[in-house]
Amino acid sequence: MEILFQQIINGLVLGSMYALVALGYTMVYGIINLINFAHGEVLMAGALVSWTVVTALAGLGLPGWLLMIIALACAIVVCTLLNFAIEKIAYRPLRNAPRLAPLITAMGMSLLLQTLAMIIWKPNPKPFPQLLPTDPIQIGGAVITVTQVLILVTTVVILGGLLFLVNHTKMGRAMRATAENPRVAALMGVKPDAVISLTFIIGAALAAVAGLMWAANYGTVQHSMGFMPGLKAFTAAVLGGIGNLAGAMVGGVLLGLIEAIGAGYLGDLTGGVLGSHYADIFAFIALILVLTLRPSGLLGERVADRA
Amino acid sequence: MHNKSKLITFLIAGVLLLVLPLFAQSFGNGPVRIIDLALLYVLLALGLNIVVGYAGLLDLGYVAFYAVGAYLFALLNSPHLAENFEHIAAAFPNGLHLPLLLAIALAALLAGLFGVLLGAPTLKLRGDYLAIVTLGFGEIIRVFLNNMEYPLNITNGPRGIGQIDGVHFLGFQFSQNHTFFGIEVNSVSMYYYLFLALVIASVVICYRLENSRIGRAWMAIREDEIAAKAMGINTRNMKLLAFGMGATFGGVAGSMFGAFQGFVSPESFSLQESVMIVAMVVLGGIGHIPGVILGALLLAALPEVLRYVAGPLQEMTDGRLDAAILRQLLIALAMIVIMLMRPRGLWPSPEHGKSRPLPPGAQPPANAGSAINA
Repeated sequence: MEILFQQIINGLVLGSMYALVALGYTMVYGIINLINFAHGEVLMAGALVSWTVVTALAGLGLPGWLLMIIALACAIVVCTLLNFAIEKIAYRPLRNAPRLAPLITAMGMSLLLQTLAMIIWKPNPKPFPQLLPTDPIQIGGAVITVTQVLILVTTVVILGGLLFLVNHTKMGRAMRATAENPRVAALMGVKPDAVISLTFIIGAALAAVAGLMWAANYGTVQHSMGFMPGLKAFTAAVLGGIGNLAGAMVGGVLLGLIEAIGAGYLGDLTGGVLGSHYADIFAFIALILVLTLRPSGLLGERVADRA
Repeated sequence: MHNKSKLITFLIAGVLLLVLPLFAQSFGNGPVRIIDLALLYVLLALGLNIVVGYAGLLDLGYVAFYAVGAYLFALLNSPHLAENFEHIAAAFPNGLHLPLLLAIALAALLAGLFGVLLGAPTLKLRGDYLAIVTLGFGEIIRVFLNNMEYPLNITNGPRGIGQIDGVHFLGFQFSQNHTFFGIEVNSVSMYYYLFLALVIASVVICYRLENSRIGRAWMAIREDEIAAKAMGINTRNMKLLAFGMGATFGGVAGSMFGAFQGFVSPESFSLQESVMIVAMVVLGGIGHIPGVILGALLLAALPEVLRYVAGPLQEMTDGRLDAAILRQLLIALAMIVIMLMRPRGLWPSPEHGKSRPLPPGAQPPANAGSAINA
């Protein structure tokens, strides 16, 4: 029972990071129907920038929480600029091109960012210092660290804020209108280009937060770290129904839980035949199952077939 | 007149292709190896082109079929199975040494089967949902290859399978040097001729498919699935056939890769490879055979050539820019820049051109003004 409880906590922590990244995917997809393959790399950039800031300021003797906030601020600035530039350079000129063209530039961007990160930060994994107290907190037999508590709280706050932004502000209404139909939205005085840039900026900020969380939680940063979380987060977005904000959140948390619980119990259930190495495929098997039964995801609308 | 000049071009190209390795092998095996691998990529790109280019189904896990072919060949042509399973060793005391044609047939069959297996649950999905599911499928295969060493050691895990026999055909070993008419042809050049033959066969198959009833059915599905259905096309079977056919090419390329390298490991079948193959198809000109070949050659061979200039650059940049990084950088830049300059690929298929200039005096089609079908 304690193991289950522990795995649920781990799953929620992992799931909240997935959810933050998945939101970036799903918002971009909702508005311009593009899988932004470079989004995982934005998370990586966020983590590496915060690592640089934290190690550079380590000698000043600032308290850990302050360092973290400074690092986060820097990461958010760099990531939003980065994602803004990616959209402007690689996606905007191809808005009316054949569908696969922006997908290829997105994959190219992902590869480019990884390579650049490898050149700038060198390929070796770097330890991310512990900034917050590491004493575990006991809850009903399970342990949770301060970092993990912070991850959960921050995620809930951010998700709440985002839902408010999208559903109850003028800016959010412009975003929803553009997602629905950019042409008509433009006729109503919305500037689709500005809205699209804004979407990329918000997505990048969320990814930067997730990047710092990832670094702080796992204690190591590397140029290739964005790839798997990006893939899983996209899976989460599809699982929940791509283009749907609540879907991305549900999908992310669900995926985190599936992975954590699956990895925790797989060895016991199969008598040691299948170990936790197989954790990575849970995400994909769950995805295939869900999509076979509900082709548009858990919360996705059933759109009429259009070619 | 026109036919005659075409024939001459073909002949010249044929002769050039035949002597190319003999010329290249004078610089050592390195350049010929690069050409060989580029030919395998051409094979893969042609296969993926059936799925993505003709049928319009975006497959991001294509490398899985490549892996299936490679591992099949590796298992059947290396001592690995005999070492790990006693009754296999007892049944085949000399090991299984499959002849070329049987190996190709088996790899094609198994990969085709996997293709249909992947296709079946994904028939209802479209566009990007399909992309992510196929991507997941590719990852699942890779994770299995990485971990199937316990409890039964089937794939030998991340260490991979080595000691794979080369190809032999009618008692003829491809992994040895031979002398024909006084010209010495070494093993990598032998493989070059084998791969070239396979590529030519594939090009012929693709051309025949493209103009067949099946090919036209695929293109109809690509353009508008519902309309295709309404025209009496069995879209389910046609999509499965596209997956199966495409996978077949991947399987054959994989088995050849296994034979050529003599070693397979899960590392060779990462998602990056799938992305590369998709990029080859799209950069070259999706659905257009010459374009696809161009894309494959460009992305597979050009970055390799740059390895030779990387040495001085590496010293200049304090080891930050080594050959592998430079290659990756170049591929990434090529993917972005080519797409930005030519969104429909370097050599797109002409009949797809919607912007063909109208003959002077011709009326534009009636619906040219309404662009609301985006």
